[in-house]
Parts: sequence; structure tokens; C-alpha cells
Amino acid sequence: MALIKNGTQVSDQWITADDDTPVQADIPTIVSYKRFLAERETLVRSRAELGVKVSPGEDVTALERDLARLQVIALDFPKFTDGRSYSAARILRQRLGFEGEIRATGDVLRDQYLFMQRAGFDSYEVNDGVEARQWLDAVREFSHYYQPAPNGTSAVWARRHAHLAAAAE
Amino acid sequence: MYRYDEFDAQLVQERVAQFRGQVARRVAGEMTEDEFKPLRLMNGLYLQIHAYMLRVAIPYGTFNAPQMRKLAHIARVYDKGYGHFTTRQNIQYNWITLEQTPDILEELASVEMHAIQTSGNCIRNTTADPYAGAAVDEHEDPRIWAEIIRQWSSFHPEFSFLPRKFKIAVTGAENDRAAVRVHDIGLVIVRNDAGEVGFKVMVGGGQGRTPMIAKTIREFVPKDNLLSYLEAVLRVYNMLGRRDNKYKARIKILVHEVGVEEVTRLVEAEWEAMKQETSVDLPAEERDRIAAYFAPPAFEVLADTDTGFEARKFEDRDFRHWVRTNVKPHRQAGYAIVDISLKPTGGIPGDITADQMDAVADIAEAYAVDSEIRATYQQNLVLPHVRLQDLSAVYDRLVEVGLATGNIGLAGDIIACPGLDYCDLANARSIPVSQAISERFADLNRQYDIGPLEIKISGCINACGHHHVGHIGILGVDRKGEEHYQLTLGGRADDAAAIGKITGPGFSADGIVDAVETVVETYLTLRLDPAERFIDTLERLGFQPFKERLYGAKAA
Amino acid sequence: MSLKALKANRLIDGEAVWLTEAGGWSDRVSAARTEGDAEGHATLEQIGVQATADSLVVNAELIDVEFRDGAPVPTKLKERIRALGPTVRLDLGKQSEPKSRLQEVA
Repeated sequence: MALIKNGTQVSDQWITADDDTPVQADIPTIVSYKRFLAERETLVRSRAELGVKVSPGEDVTALERDLARLQVIALDFPKFTDGRSYSAARILRQRLGFEGEIRATGDVLRDQYLFMQRAGFDSYEVNDGVEARQWLDAVREFSHYYQPAPNGTSAVWARRHAHLAAAAE
Repeated sequence: MYRYDEFDAQLVQERVAQFRGQVARRVAGEMTEDEFKPLRLMNGLYLQIHAYMLRVAIPYGTFNAPQMRKLAHIARVYDKGYGHFTTRQNIQYNWITLEQTPDILEELASVEMHAIQTSGNCIRNTTADPYAGAAVDEHEDPRIWAEIIRQWSSFHPEFSFLPRKFKIAVTGAENDRAAVRVHDIGLVIVRNDAGEVGFKVMVGGGQGRTPMIAKTIREFVPKDNLLSYLEAVLRVYNMLGRRDNKYKARIKILVHEVGVEEVTRLVEAEWEAMKQETSVDLPAEERDRIAAYFAPPAFEVLADTDTGFEARKFEDRDFRHWVRTNVKPHRQAGYAIVDISLKPTGGIPGDITADQMDAVADIAEAYAVDSEIRATYQQNLVLPHVRLQDLSAVYDRLVEVGLATGNIGLAGDIIACPGLDYCDLANARSIPVSQAISERFADLNRQYDIGPLEIKISGCINACGHHHVGHIGILGVDRKGEEHYQLTLGGRADDAAAIGKITGPGFSADGIVDAVETVVETYLTLRLDPAERFIDTLERLGFQPFKERLYGAKAA
Repeated sequence: MSLKALKANRLIDGEAVWLTEAGGWSDRVSAARTEGDAEGHATLEQIGVQATADSLVVNAELIDVEFRDGAPVPTKLKERIRALGPTVRLDLGKQSEPKSRLQEVA
């Protein structure tokens, strides 16, 4: 697996732990959502940097009180056609104000990078051999969007009226 | 009508380039069919029995003469000289190649058209009243909102991989001509007690395997909050709609399984929470910018009647008959709405040749305000704004190209999906059945006597031919390798929307035509008077007399 | 054991095609390779999977055929329509092409 973040390929500092592997203080670890909720008391008090992997159908709002403690939330795509993690990403960014890394895992493919980026994802676990260049090409395919998005892009109507305002001056 | 600005134009242009890249990667083997199929579907490209099929969006059914000419050009150059208007106010081509599709999309972009989201598990083309901006009974033009929805739903970052397709319909008139109650979301423009304009929102209607009539989840959403309310509905659906079974994945099943009260509660909670966030609701300037495109055109000040028109109606029986069925009153004095039937006797419903497309474009350019044309879900066309004084000329031109069949709303105006002649999903043919019924009722005088009657035919349970909401519905099935047809009665797609019920055992391909005739003859003997429509007689008397005639007294 | 052929649509243009004896894809069902036993069916299926993986064709599937006048003909209506063209437009599709062309590819 390779990791693309901020348009470049980076080495992944995180391990994704099985539910029975102990979390070590010096290894940034992503645990499953179920485990996090079950062992929450212990995990939040541990010294390890923590991430949680959330599968579609699991409710990210249950993580709300611990968001400041979490560096990474990995939202999974068991199949790229399962779009529930897009909603989870937007809820994390726009409703819960999560500012850490939202990582796309699972069936993460080139033609969905842009949707993911606009929904609030900022890192992408991709197959080995996928180059950052391809990610950059994919997210630059459009210059304008009809919706405002959590990644900070404004909707086309904001540009339209800025443009009209500028033209009127 | 709406016109692209530089932003819309660039978006559509970039979409063409994106798809060109996707096709190239697919052809080079860099993408599997499983990866590519959802992408091509989101651009309206299906693989059918004989070739690829491209479904081109006609947003809310509104287009104009230059666009129609481009559609004709595409039919000639890239297809086999014809196109097929669908039950979703779109047009599709049946003989498309994958490698030429990016070029076709390029051609479409040059006239502000596209195939974006005409298929796939995303928000589809919004249905609207084909008489919008012209109908006498209209409160507000639904196309403003349909265009706002089009923009909001295009390449939506959250709702492009929904459990299943999602269809929205909007009407702004007294009479529902957009079948809003059989859409995933049906929107009716209403006024509240304070006189403010907003939307009544209905959710969970649909046809297919499990037909349902939509249920109201909110009596009034202020119009400025429409988009955030839609986002709330879509988010609840995206998160909770079933993904384990494609036949149970539509929002109607969610509404059915968790109940309309619970869906309403979830949507309200979501909407409430969204109000604290960056709003997706449009600022007033943008709403007004879009609304301005739908301002009434520059109508001439004309008298209520036209002597030439009246004289021809008096003298020419064929013209008079055509006017009776195919011309509707217009809100503007001296104008009329013209329906163009794509249902010639024995013809293929919705099919139109490239030459006919050009002819309609010419007629629209000569006689229709702003050369506007509409497509209807009944697979017909409309010229929404024609002067009464021009009706005679319009009629003559339509006669020349075989488009003046005076049967709108009658037995010959049959909706039929492409069926097994083209469609890879079909179980039985639809078109030959519609042709045989059309031939059986070829005598227009007989159709006039029968009066309003909606016959709708689907070649499989997906119900693209809307059989569930036909007064007379026909569903083709495969019974041990033979085509077999189930008959339903009593469906309707209007304000009193209802799902038709199966009469009993089905019929062979020949038998179904006789069965339809039996039903119609039964109606004719039972109606109180000629003013009582088929659907009224059926609702007054119930199924019994029809079943008796179809199956004999015992079986009934 | 029924007689089967392998149908597909060519990726690039969607044309309905059938696997031939020579291992190519013909746009005529009359040229189709047929197999009548389980082993033969499995071979056809395997070729279909490979041709799909090679991005040559899509929707590869075995269909039932029978011999008529010395050539394979699909037995099911849908497959007959695929082999000929729409029953409502005899001027279109494979059925509209000259007979000589039919013999040539067969």
C-alpha cells in the first residue's frame, strides 16, 4: 500500500492494528471503531498517537468527544460504489469540526479521488505503483464546482457573483 | 430557458475531457469493466443488446431548435438516423460506439447539452411539467428550481455513489403533469398561510419491482431552503438506504421499512444540524440570476381568438380534431401550447428520425417563441408558446413530416419502453405490443369516442414504460421462454396517483391486444355517458365487470 | 448436455460478437464455435473470462444454440434478437446486411 497526502507520496507512519494487538506508546496506531468504543477509556489515556478506522454503517458522531485526541480517522470503502463514507467525511469536517487527517482506505481509485477530496478526505491509501502525479491529475480535472465543499473550494455561484461584482466596478 | 455562462460551459467541457480520458484508460486495459461501468453510466452510456446506448439529458425536458438540430446531427453521424425520446424527458441513441462517445459529448457541449447523470446511482435528470411557463394552471415556473437542482446535484461530492438511482420531480401547477408522486422526491410548489412560496415535499414514490406512491414528509419548505432540505433527505438515504440488495435499495424501501414518521424525524434532525453549517442554500442573487432565464418571453399583445384559426377549425375536420387533442390553452392571450405526438399509428413510441428532428427544429424556429421545445415523459414533444394565428401553418408543416397525429392522451398515445428489441434488461418485447394496440385502435374517431385513456407498457419489472401507473398497464414477462403479458388496471400518475392492480392470469402477445380491446369495450358499454372517462368508470364500478369480461363470470 | 456458444459485446464499439472456431470474434452467430459437453462449456467460459480481462469484450456469456441448415442459431428470443437486430426495425442491425455478407463471415 502507498499513501498519498497533500498531493505527494508519503511514507505511512501509521500501523493499522488488529483488535487483539496491543497498542504501543511509540507507534502511531489506527484501531477499529468497535475496539475504540470498547476500549475507549484505556486508549484515550495511552500515550500513543491514535487513529480510528470507521466502516460504512458506523456512526462517526459517536467519536465526537474524542476528536481532539484522534490524529487520523480512516473511512473505509469496501467497494468504491459504497458512498457512505462520503457522508461520514462531510459530517466530520462540517458538523464536528474535525481537523485531523481523514484517510480513504479500501477500494480507493483514481476516478473517485476528486469526490473524496471534495468531501473532506486528505489522504489516500492506494495500491502500490499509483503515483502522486495521477492523483494530482485527477483532482485537477475540474476548475469549478456547483457545491461548496469542506476542502475549502467555493461553489461556482460564489465565483459567479464575485465575477459579476468585479465586472460592475 | 437557461443558458450556460462561462462556468457551466467550462464544467461541461471538462467533463467531456474527463470522460475521454476514462474511455482511453478503459480501452488501454488500465481499468476493468467493473471499475468503468459506474463511470460510463454516470455519463449515460449503457451497453445494450446490439451496441452501446447513449442517453442524453434534456434537463427537465426543456431545449430549443439549435439543440434539436444537434440531436439530429448526432443521429445521422454517430447513430442510424433516429433517436428515441424516453419516459424521463431524455433522448437516447441505440447504436453508439464507445470510442465515438467522447466526440458525441463534445458535440453536445457545443450546444450546452450533456449526458451527465442520466444513469448511475446518483441524482438523475429532474422531471418537470412540460407545459411550464405556458400552462394556465401554473403558480410558479418549476424549471427555475429544476435548474437549481440540476446544478446542485451535478458531480455532488457526497451523493454520487448512492445505494441506487434517485429521481426528483417538480411541479408548480394545479394539475400534476410531472408524475411527482412516483418519484423518489416529489416537489409541489405551494403557498403557506403567510403567502410565502415553498415546497411540499413527498418522498419514496417509485415504480419498478415494488411500486409505491410517495408520502408527504413536509408540508412546507421555504423555497430558499430547498437545497439544504434536499441534502438532508439525500444524506439520510445515503447513510441508511439498503445496499445489500439492489431491488431493495431505493428510498421507497427505506420509507417502507422504517416508516415515514421515522424518515421524517431523521430528515428533520439532519436538516436542523445542517443549519449550523456552511449553507448549500443559494444566495438570493444566484437564485434570481437563474430565475431570470425563465422570465416569461416577450409575448406579443394579441386578441384571445384568431379569425384565420377559427375559420380553419370550422372548415377542416382533420385540423379541428388535431386541435382538440394536441392544442392546449396558454396563459397568454393569443397563444397556445402545441403537443407533437411521437405516436403515429403503428409506430414506435418516442422514435423520431433525424429529418423529423430537423423539421421540428425548423417549425420551432419559425413559429415557437425563442424556438423552445419540450420533451414529455409520455414520449412526445411540445411547442410551449405558439401564436394562435400560426397554428394552421404549424399543423401543415407537421403533416408534411408525419408528426400531426391527433391522439394526445388517447388510446393511441401509448408509452412503451424499448423492451427486448433493444434493452439488455428486458424480458419481453414492448414495442410490437404497442404497435399492435395502436393498429387495433387506428380509427381516430373510435379513439375520440373512447376519450382519455393511458396505456403504458414495460418489457420488464423495472417499469421504464410506467405500466404501474397506466390506466391500462401491460408488463411483459418471460414465461418458460415465451413472451407473456400481465394486465393491470387503475393506475394513474396524476394528483390522484395510484398503482394499477393485476387483473388475473396474463396473456400471450396476441391475447394481450384482445384483452385491452375487451377492457375498452367493457368500459364503453358501462360508462354513464361519454363524459365519464375510462378511469372514472373503473373507479366507480371496480374491477369485477372488467374481470368478468376478460376471464368469464366464473373465473371472476 | 445442451449445445452452447459464447456471446459477448466488443468493448470498443459494443457490437454483438460470438467466439469462432479460429479463436477470433465474429459478428455472425453462424460462425460461432459450439460446444456440447461440460468440458467444452468450461473452455468457452474460460475464454470469455480471459477476453474480458484482456479488455477485448464485455458481457461474455454462454448461450444456448441449435443447428439449423448447418449453422448454429440461438434458441432464446433475446439471443435471436441479438443475432439479427430489432424485430421492429428489419432495416437495422445484422439482419439488414446483404445475404452474401452473411455467407462470407459464416
